[in-house]
Amino acid sequence: MNRKTIFVGLILLAACEEFQPKAPQEYELLDGPVSGLTETENLQFLKGDVAFNDEVFIPATGLGPLFVANSCGSCHPGDGKGHPFTTLTRFGQTDETGNQYLNAGGPQLQHRAIPGYKAEQIPVSTTYSSFTPPAVTGLGFLDAVSDEDILAWADPDDDNGDGISGVPNWIEAKDYVTLRPNSITQNGKYIGRFGKKGAVYDLLQQTATAYNEDIGITSTYEAIDTYLGVEYDPEVSNQTIQDVVFYLKTLKAPVPRKENAEILFGKEIFSTIGCATCHRPEMKTGASPIAALSNKTFYPYTDLLLHDMGPSLDDGYTEGSAKTYEWRTPPLWGLGLSKNSQGGQYFLMHDGRARSIEQAIQMHSGEGMQSGESFESLTGEDKRKLIKFLESL
Amino acid sequence: MSIKVRFLFLILLLTGSEAFGQIDSTLFRRTARDTSKVYLNMDAVYNRPFLAVGKLPVSIGGYVEANWQHLGTDGITEGHQFQMRRLTLFVASTIYRRIKFLSEIEFEDGTKEINIEFASVDIEFHPLFNLRGGIVMNPIGAFNQNHDGPKWEFIDRPVSATQMLPATWSNVGFGVFGKLYRNNWVYAYEAYLTNGFDDKIILNSENKTFLPASKENPERFEESFNGVPLITAKTALRNKTIGELGLSYMGGVYNKFQEDGLVFDKKRGVHVFAVDINTTLPLISTWVNAEIAWVNVDVPDTYSQQYGSKQVGGFVDIVQPIFKGSIFGFERSVVNIAFRAEYVDWNKGTFNETGTKIHEEFVSIIPALSWRPTRQTVIRLNYRYKWQTDLFGNPASRTAGFQMGFSSYF
Repeated sequence: MNRKTIFVGLILLAACEEFQPKAPQEYELLDGPVSGLTETENLQFLKGDVAFNDEVFIPATGLGPLFVANSCGSCHPGDGKGHPFTTLTRFGQTDETGNQYLNAGGPQLQHRAIPGYKAEQIPVSTTYSSFTPPAVTGLGFLDAVSDEDILAWADPDDDNGDGISGVPNWIEAKDYVTLRPNSITQNGKYIGRFGKKGAVYDLLQQTATAYNEDIGITSTYEAIDTYLGVEYDPEVSNQTIQDVVFYLKTLKAPVPRKENAEILFGKEIFSTIGCATCHRPEMKTGASPIAALSNKTFYPYTDLLLHDMGPSLDDGYTEGSAKTYEWRTPPLWGLGLSKNSQGGQYFLMHDGRARSIEQAIQMHSGEGMQSGESFESLTGEDKRKLIKFLESL
Repeated sequence: MSIKVRFLFLILLLTGSEAFGQIDSTLFRRTARDTSKVYLNMDAVYNRPFLAVGKLPVSIGGYVEANWQHLGTDGITEGHQFQMRRLTLFVASTIYRRIKFLSEIEFEDGTKEINIEFASVDIEFHPLFNLRGGIVMNPIGAFNQNHDGPKWEFIDRPVSATQMLPATWSNVGFGVFGKLYRNNWVYAYEAYLTNGFDDKIILNSENKTFLPASKENPERFEESFNGVPLITAKTALRNKTIGELGLSYMGGVYNKFQEDGLVFDKKRGVHVFAVDINTTLPLISTWVNAEIAWVNVDVPDTYSQQYGSKQVGGFVDIVQPIFKGSIFGFERSVVNIAFRAEYVDWNKGTFNETGTKIHEEFVSIIPALSWRPTRQTVIRLNYRYKWQTDLFGNPASRTAGFQMGFSSYF
């Protein structure tokens, strides 16, 4: 143990970070805040992060008794798309008249139960649909798009004759949501923009409902216990819910992988064969109370509208004013990172039935039929470039 | 907590006179270790460097562990951390020639946890048949009974022993133990009935089946959760030159299946099997120590598969002395290089939804360098690298960094 050994030891200790795992590149991770948050906003982001990713509910803290998952993070690992393990099943509504099974456990199946309780079953002969949990990044940008913009993209009667219509889901806003400035209303209903059917108004509704229907946690926002069917003392504070909402609003938008000639070519094909008509590459936010989200251009690849996806994707279940065959265009950003949260595999489309991007494209029917057929007519090389582009998002 | 505090007070009273005698620490003498005996892991609680005062029938001892560490996970570090992991006190007393009492009290992470890890009376009838009662360490695997910090070259305790198995795992109960010596061979056994686990092993915020969660129950030293005893039994065979092999089992019921005569559920079992071996290779004196365990828990079908019904894990330590001699005036210094590999599969099985493997696995390697200036003290430098995957097998989170610290009997 001479002086040289001690000296080398000290050098190693001084440079200890050099011997630790490096941070993944920004484009390899969905986690992380948007840039430009204030110090106070960073603090709230962190609180929301802990509540979303670290807080695991147990019976003593309110879990269930019926539930789907015991934490937010278990459905959205790394803030990414979920795995079939936490796929949701929703049932009981076939048209815009509403859910007929609200008194029979609807709209969501809680197929798990804490010990001593029986898990819920779907009522016999009820139609249902399964929803794979989506990635939760960049939601604040989508939340800050104006209703006016969304309506401008709608083309209910296909006036431009491109075979694509696109309609908003008109929904009843929950009494606890704060309506956006300049919200557009139609017969007392508002434009929904979150969820597979676009039946959720904003991230507060999404969060409070997920606590309630996914985890079995009541709040002042969603006070009815899913098992008892009656109002129950809040099991999560408003502050925690607001922190989670803030976290979801300020999670960064997925960062695309580096573009190269192949990816750029794939991007061109994406537009040429009509994918970009529904999967709109570019959007702008309006004014937001969070300065970092105000008046920003971003690239989600969605139009937040409902489209007829044909009979093969018609599960016979719906929400809001959507038809059973209509689905909200899912954002494609972050698609290339889906495998990193789905266990190295793809589970795409609303219920995870597509096991590859190619399969997902082939399952497009209805308004997506034309693009699907155009994809099929591409050469193998062009298909590969298109998929490369989608994986770069 | 109150029972612990009362017990601690009693121990302080018992040792109070010795405390006053500590004006001059040379009053203490180290109790001699019988080197002719063949020791097994089960002897670890008594095989410690106790201190005795004069001819008093009470001996005391303890150990302390402190360290610095600088670890980082996926590019994020909490910086320099200084930790006082443990301060452990033991008091042993020969009540009568063949009636002994030993207690071990541990303060972990400062005073965050105060645990009575051992407090039992042994009554010796015959080498092959002895009674033990009180708070006993359930003999599952080897680490649970042989866990003193100064015995190990690694700062962190093995994850498979402390998080999959619940070391240090002690309960109130009674049992028998004994040994049979034949030439270079020793055969030993232990069997206890104790209080056991509770339903926190699957109703916990660790988000996995987690046997140590039962340690949070403050009632467990005075009340069984369900009235069904936990059975723990171990048998071990040691050859003086070859090494030791231990086989152990621990099992019982973990849920509250009835109360006030009303039945809530069926009895749900928890069963643990463990194998431990250790040997010193001839010629080069390489010490190899390994333990592997399997956990089976009857988890209700409708509960989340997040809480697995099967776990498996273990560790292997290899310690190679590379220098024996004088260092800085410590004449019997020994320098070792060491290596630990660990693995735990927290949830062995397949998803009901996809039929694919449930992941949630932990792997860790620790190269280490240690200096033992005396037999009782170890100064250690570890480099730790660990990987943890989630349930779905997504890219593992990686944690690594240096740890340096000491552990010493006193």
